[in-house]
Amino acid sequence: MATRSYTSRREAEQYAFHPAVALLIPLVAVVLQATGSKVFPRLALLDLPLIVTIFFAVARRSPVAGTLTGAAIGLFQDAFTNQPIGVNGMAKAVVGYMAANIGVRLDVENTKTRALLVCSFSLVQSILLYLIRSRLLGVQGLQVLWLHELLRAIANAAVAIPVFFVLDRVKRQE
Amino acid sequence: MDSFFARYKNPLVLIAVLLAQTIGLAVQVKRPDTGERDGHHVRMVRLWAVSIALPFERIVHGTGRDIRGAWTNYINLLHVRQHNRDLEQEVAQLRLEQVALSEDAIQGHRLQALLEFQRHYISTTVAAQVIGTSGSDQSRVIYIDKGSANGLKPDMAVITPDGVVGKLRDVFPHTAQVLELDDPSSGAGVVLESTRILGILRGTVAGGIQINNLTADSRIQPGERVLTSGGDQVYPRGLNVGTIESIKPDPEHQPYMAIAIHPATRLEQLEEVLVITGTQTTLPAQMQKDLSGAAATAEAARAASTATERLPGIEDPAHPTAGAANTLVPPRPLPALHSDRFTPGATPPAAELKPGGDGATSTSGSSPGSAP
Repeated sequence: MATRSYTSRREAEQYAFHPAVALLIPLVAVVLQATGSKVFPRLALLDLPLIVTIFFAVARRSPVAGTLTGAAIGLFQDAFTNQPIGVNGMAKAVVGYMAANIGVRLDVENTKTRALLVCSFSLVQSILLYLIRSRLLGVQGLQVLWLHELLRAIANAAVAIPVFFVLDRVKRQE
Repeated sequence: MDSFFARYKNPLVLIAVLLAQTIGLAVQVKRPDTGERDGHHVRMVRLWAVSIALPFERIVHGTGRDIRGAWTNYINLLHVRQHNRDLEQEVAQLRLEQVALSEDAIQGHRLQALLEFQRHYISTTVAAQVIGTSGSDQSRVIYIDKGSANGLKPDMAVITPDGVVGKLRDVFPHTAQVLELDDPSSGAGVVLESTRILGILRGTVAGGIQINNLTADSRIQPGERVLTSGGDQVYPRGLNVGTIESIKPDPEHQPYMAIAIHPATRLEQLEEVLVITGTQTTLPAQMQKDLSGAAATAEAARAASTATERLPGIEDPAHPTAGAANTLVPPRPLPALHSDRFTPGATPPAAELKPGGDGATSTSGSSPGSAP
């Protein structure tokens, strides 16, 4: 007879967000990324919109919502760059989809799980961005600095832990 | 039994989203017929996004500027006086250098005019504050607080007093996007200062700038200054770009070299920039005035030096003894009309004098004079 453990009950929980929160938090993340990088140039290493995408995807546990949220955040982020609009949109759409699928199967409330999740998806995004630029856009001579991307993944994971704790307060249980 | 779409709803939504964005990318990669960088709809999306972020960026920038102003104008005044003195000394030194170079500059302009050689000088600039960035280290753009309402247009050069920053990429009504030199999609025509070798400067993925279209040349050495060549019709000629940092073979572009450049401007810590809004082929009025003043000062200094050489001095420069050691010779006394015991030679030597004797006896050929 299968027993239902506490973790399996938590896995079934889905959270919702107030529409204003769902709209404002990604907006703040993108604007903070753009403005903060001017004050602290090292902040460009982080990807706050990615952290927010992963948070919403694992909280909602809906692949469709995760895909659409990631796409919207990525498109908004692309508008501030000189790249064609859609590069980050595609990458974050895939990340949102994958994060939501994993959120259904794993306990993502655990701090270590969250850190590992963010670190892994940061590397996945780096690979996706490289493929999009080199294969779809045909950018010649593109090089990926893997050590730099690894540092970016670790930095994202480190920042994601306190950010997730703060964002946990705006979750509403369905 | 669930339908196909209900069963595979999630991956189908993902595929649809990716397909839509791929089509969007394909449309954007195809350059618009109008010659602009972005199509109309893409530009609208960027405008909306920037308009949402612009008020927050201005607030953050203004707050930071006020805090920095309060700190530097009221609290941190410890080194202001010394800094002021250093700046005054530097200005004085620069003025002297300007005097020395002014005549060469004026002669050069005369020769250029004779050869009908056209050069573009900066005539008007617009100062702007940097209020934001792209937020990504893979897209090195910054946003400034001036836009088309201030006369800015795409492809205008952006500089600082230290050197070149980049050029305007997208211009919106109240803000503009500046593509920095170290962005991988950026480029500029440059010339090496001493060797006058022309090259093309590009940004790298790592955030540096390098020239990668030159073959190995022993004349190119680290430390050489790199200036804009003016050939790209964006940056006026002669602007400082940076200095050569290293020269290495480029394995991906054989036989060319990867010449890394250290930028003259600190691109990651920009606060204020100048946008070049106008150029002209003649010297700007202020520059003409400065050169004329410097030339007049040089002429006056030369005239003063010439006059100083012609004025009579204490010593005749043509005299052969001029320049000899200055030794004071006391004047010789005139010979006495009537010699007495004080006359030189009238006093006998001390060995012949006796105590209590008459010291007036003279043993020399001179006859003692009668007592007065």
